Amino acid sequence: MTPHLAPDARRALGRAGFSRRSFLKGSGALVVAFSSAGLVDGLTGVFAQGFNGTGSSQLDAWIAIGRDGMVTAYTGKCDFGQGLYTAQMQLVAEEVCVSLNRVRLIQCDTSMTPDQGTTSGQQSHPTNFNHSNLALAGATARQALIRLASDKLGAPASDLVARDGVVALKANASRSISYGELIGGQRFDLQLDQAATRKHPREWTVLGTPVPRVDMREMVSGRFEFVHNVRVPGMLHGRVVRPPEIGATVASVDEASIRDLPGVVKVVVKGNFVGVVAQKPWQATQAAERLKVNWNRGTGLSPQADLYAWLRRQPARDTLLVDSGDVDAKLAAGSTVLRSTYNHPYQMHASMGSSCAVADVQSDKATIWSATQSAYPTRNTSAMLLGLKPESVRVVYVRGAGCYGINGADTVSYDAALLSQSVGRPVRVQLSRKDEMAWENYGNAFAIDQRVALDANGNIAVWDYEAWSAARGGRPGYNTPGNVVTGFLVGSNPAPFAPRTPAPAPATPLDNGSNTAPSYIAGRVRDSANGAGVIRSERVLSHRVLSPFFTGPLRAPERLQNTFAHECFMDEVAWHVKADPVEYRLKHLNHARLSAAVRAAAKAANWNPRLSLRASRVRTGKVTGRGIACVCYEGDNGYVAMVADVSVDQDTGQVQVTRLVVAQDSGPISNPDGMRNQIEGGALQGMSRALGEEVTWDDQKITSVDWRSYHSLSMGFAPPAIEIVLLNQTDVEACGSGETSITVVAPAIGNAIFDATGVRLRQVPFSPERVRAALRNNSE
Amino acid sequence: MSILTLKVNGRSHQVDVDPSTPLLYVLSDDLELRGPKFGCGLGQCGACTVVVNGQATRSCVTPVSAVGQNEITTLEGLGTADSPHPLQQAFIDEQAAQCGFCLSGVVLTAKTFLDRNPRATDAQIQQALSGVLCRCFANVRMLKAIRRYANGRTA
Repeated sequence: MTPHLAPDARRALGRAGFSRRSFLKGSGALVVAFSSAGLVDGLTGVFAQGFNGTGSSQLDAWIAIGRDGMVTAYTGKCDFGQGLYTAQMQLVAEEVCVSLNRVRLIQCDTSMTPDQGTTSGQQSHPTNFNHSNLALAGATARQALIRLASDKLGAPASDLVARDGVVALKANASRSISYGELIGGQRFDLQLDQAATRKHPREWTVLGTPVPRVDMREMVSGRFEFVHNVRVPGMLHGRVVRPPEIGATVASVDEASIRDLPGVVKVVVKGNFVGVVAQKPWQATQAAERLKVNWNRGTGLSPQADLYAWLRRQPARDTLLVDSGDVDAKLAAGSTVLRSTYNHPYQMHASMGSSCAVADVQSDKATIWSATQSAYPTRNTSAMLLGLKPESVRVVYVRGAGCYGINGADTVSYDAALLSQSVGRPVRVQLSRKDEMAWENYGNAFAIDQRVALDANGNIAVWDYEAWSAARGGRPGYNTPGNVVTGFLVGSNPAPFAPRTPAPAPATPLDNGSNTAPSYIAGRVRDSANGAGVIRSERVLSHRVLSPFFTGPLRAPERLQNTFAHECFMDEVAWHVKADPVEYRLKHLNHARLSAAVRAAAKAANWNPRLSLRASRVRTGKVTGRGIACVCYEGDNGYVAMVADVSVDQDTGQVQVTRLVVAQDSGPISNPDGMRNQIEGGALQGMSRALGEEVTWDDQKITSVDWRSYHSLSMGFAPPAIEIVLLNQTDVEACGSGETSITVVAPAIGNAIFDATGVRLRQVPFSPERVRAALRNNSE
Repeated sequence: MSILTLKVNGRSHQVDVDPSTPLLYVLSDDLELRGPKFGCGLGQCGACTVVVNGQATRSCVTPVSAVGQNEITTLEGLGTADSPHPLQQAFIDEQAAQCGFCLSGVVLTAKTFLDRNPRATDAQIQQALSGVLCRCFANVRMLKAIRRYANGRTA
């Protein structure tokens, strides 16, 4: 029996109603054997959770210990398939000193868990595994248990040790007292103690080990409950009818057009939001397809072929991250100035499962079962759309298909809530494939100009980055449901766009959270220098324009697009000065951990200086090459370098990646197998994005709406050999590892293609057509 | 609506459905099975895969009336969490999944292919899986798990 919160337990949880209090009453076996009615009544106030993502400062909000010694932990960071559930169980087991099977973990349920905002951006590991939140709660609890035992056993705390659910005398293990006896069923009534000592990674016995995923058996045997499997008594099925074109609005809806269909319960129209509710899902599907809606034409789209020029013509909001003030003068004076432009398309999350949610909206309260990454924000924004108070809405996180950022999970939660409210019964909505792909929040398109000036020794003296990118909407946060399509269709606006030119001078120390700045600049702003490199003449200027499509965080958001441009350009410069790409990078870095990752990847790949290999070139047939790329992810949240080996068929333009070597430092490793799984998946997903993925449109609408028109690599390709070097650093803070490898794949491959062919690809994806065209242009 | 009898995972079920309903809807809604999943509804991704008479079948584009008396096996029919099929066990051993939404497509397509081609090469297995997607890209582990199982059954 796995300790994963089983479906039936979750049902019990659903039945129990809103408050943690009634939950505890109704499912004692699940959590804590609280048997004293008075105690349970006293709990409600204590468990008031922090809001706006701040978690809670109360220990009882994070950890409860039952009479049976079971440790129940509550987390606001959820598992979407990345293994975080298991890793958090390890964390609790480690810090509280119990075996894994004594831990229960409740994730992301607004009636019970702390408000930790959104689980995203490979931030959950640093958030919960360092000296705060869940980790600190574990350490505080252990310390409190030892203190309690000290009183009971009449021994100083320093003579005691917590081990496997008991506190014992170090000198005499037979004198011990169990956690259940110490505090079982009672509150700690303590604040998180900032001085509580975390166990050092050297002492770890559960963390740091490759504990298998606790959900794996249920997944592989088809028992795991996804949000798609949630069934509520009396539940109906809804489908939405999205506009056929971008900007199209409802003129009229002919409800009679589906009158003859069986099972139709209601047609729902709210502004430009249209949906149908039926008894059965197939009836809802057919009704949505047949419903006659007269739409006013859309607003029209600029041609896709013109995208990157179009970006530069739009009103923009300009931001300067770094500006040393001398860039223009130095570029003008520089004897050698190199420049290149890189383009990155819109790409999509394109989850395997189209998004799904179940909502039960009653007159004064609502429950939404949702795969959202943002339980509390979705609670608040759903409440706005429903006209309810936030505290009257409960969002229960249930896993969906891997999301990789904001897929349709939030918007379909609104869909289900709106339809449920209209019919007064629980409604399940699953989007069609097209509704998922045509209306999700895409990863931003970018056009990036890079310029450098070289000094007399061939080193980079000036780096000038200027980018144009498109954005609209995004995560709804706590108050902007219009940032996703459903909220927008019912009349909420996306976050406003305010053009601003010129950008104000940088005033705050460089925060390279989007990897807008390359790793090689010093990043000097006033007295700070937060860059990872040595280049001191530096400018990082961004122009954000309004996108015709919704956009939002897609795994390694912006970091990936920027890193593609930085790392390919670094390679171009190295080639120009006839320097080895590894050595040239190291020369411009001032960051020990990133340099160590670069060296480790080069060593594991058996890197050989590339220049000698570029001497002769054949223009036909298959050629092979090798490239490197690296990044300080988000500036300080994981350090990775990747070496890619590719084979390029110069006749077909087909790129085959044969080997990827990854060296990664994410601080102390919580679960090495989980980290490897993330690195592998990220590397291959990055390959798919680099080689095939691109959102497409015509003059009115998105045309990449299924797996034929959006080109994700299938299981049919021969995957590259993936070799991973884990750089386990135990004396630093934990970083994330879910988005690091994906960030460097496109430049590593692009650089390898150049190494193989002498042709530089400056636009993703490196489709066979684009590779062929580049090879043709090069040979002319 | 009409009453149909389906043989699923060794049991007979009577369902009252529109005969044009895709098999997937009946399995996941009427029978509340969790193995087959709606991924695309277009037969393009494999998430809805079930085995019908030994053939990997896309249940999202198969009308329930077309199945007749044929035996249907879903991912949960292959084995249980406590007693998994050897192929499922290989996936557990290799920790070969991330979100797990694609597993019906990957596991059942590989199983039916290896049933017919027990000595398949890696390239042949990849070819057999070319219509199956995993968006988390746990491909390396999944292929390892399939190889582990294939080696085990021919050993």
